[in-house]
Amino acid sequence: MIVELRNPTRTVEFDEAMSVAKLLNRLQVDRGAVLVICDGTLVPYDAKLPADAVVEIRSVISGGAA
Amino acid sequence: MKCRVCRGPAVIDLKRHNANFCPEHFIRFCNQQVEKAIGEYDMFAKDDRLLVAVSGGKDSLAVWAILVELGYQADGLYIGLGIENYSDVSGQYAKEFAEARGLHLHIVDLVDEYGYDVPNGAKAAKRVPCSACGLSKRHIFDRVALENGYDVLVTGHNLDDEAAVLFGNVLHWQAEYLARQHPVLPERDGMPRKVKPLVRLDEREMAAYCVVSGIDYMLDECPMSAGNSHLRYKDALNLVEQASPGTKQAFFHKFLSQGAPFFAEAGDEKRAELGTCATCGGPTPNDVCAFCRLVERAGGQPVKLTRGPSRSGSTPTQQTVTAEP
Repeated sequence: MIVELRNPTRTVEFDEAMSVAKLLNRLQVDRGAVLVICDGTLVPYDAKLPADAVVEIRSVISGGAA
Repeated sequence: MKCRVCRGPAVIDLKRHNANFCPEHFIRFCNQQVEKAIGEYDMFAKDDRLLVAVSGGKDSLAVWAILVELGYQADGLYIGLGIENYSDVSGQYAKEFAEARGLHLHIVDLVDEYGYDVPNGAKAAKRVPCSACGLSKRHIFDRVALENGYDVLVTGHNLDDEAAVLFGNVLHWQAEYLARQHPVLPERDGMPRKVKPLVRLDEREMAAYCVVSGIDYMLDECPMSAGNSHLRYKDALNLVEQASPGTKQAFFHKFLSQGAPFFAEAGDEKRAELGTCATCGGPTPNDVCAFCRLVERAGGQPVKLTRGPSRSGSTPTQQTVTAEP
């Protein structure tokens, strides 16, 4: 599984299939601060990701006072 | 995980609502939250002309899309701030969004029109970049709305933004700022009403709305905002939210319903002192407004405000992008 993260941009690889919940736990990412996207589609917290999945973990926190 | 409405496969869970949604019902949920905010705070009517301030980011593009979907007359305004490559890329997202949907986008470039950019303006005025940026944007929002007859200026501030600002204002007991913190700032001195229809939706919901709706938006953060206090306040609130979902919503919305009245007087006192800027003609408590002072220090040229003939016509003075659908 190839996992792309942003801010800072980096790529992490895993050999096995796993759930989104487990993936976020492994990466120590707060589920409330990100979206998990696979093939352009949102993936829910309880979904299973196959071992060959390409996954984007997109941060949703934006900054700068208006 | 099943959708709360149709029991089909859900794509997002909203812990603070204890609900999951499929794409279709998530879009409907977002539209309903915006409609609820518009009604709850009496933001505008169906026949008002709206100007949406767009940055190319998720919130501003989402609020523009939702307002158009709900049947409002909404044009966009993009301001080129001259920030490294960031401004060029973010502007491209705004233009592509407008062109793909046949929407009208005003474009104002700080360098072309005023002769300075945010990084140099901030240095010259000895302000932090976010302060110079916010000051510039607020002035241009007013100017474009006034010159083109818009009734209302819409911004994409979401629940997280408002909760973070409230947190900062409370930490420093900024009574005057607390008095002004509301989803609607009424029109005054000819300046348009300013509204925040996304105050019932958080950042994750807005990012999810864009993904589900196929809206491409600027993912990179402004390089000048790194380390600002607004982001620290968001981080702090997110830690609390993680343990107690719904805390941010309660913090902000209960402030509006229960806390805000205690600060109203502080705002009234400040509002009574405004006069007219000798340089641009905009409202200011001083002889010359803060924006014109910033432009002067940055070596730029101020622009005189010219009020449009009425709120029914359009007299564009900026570059505009309009595409047929």
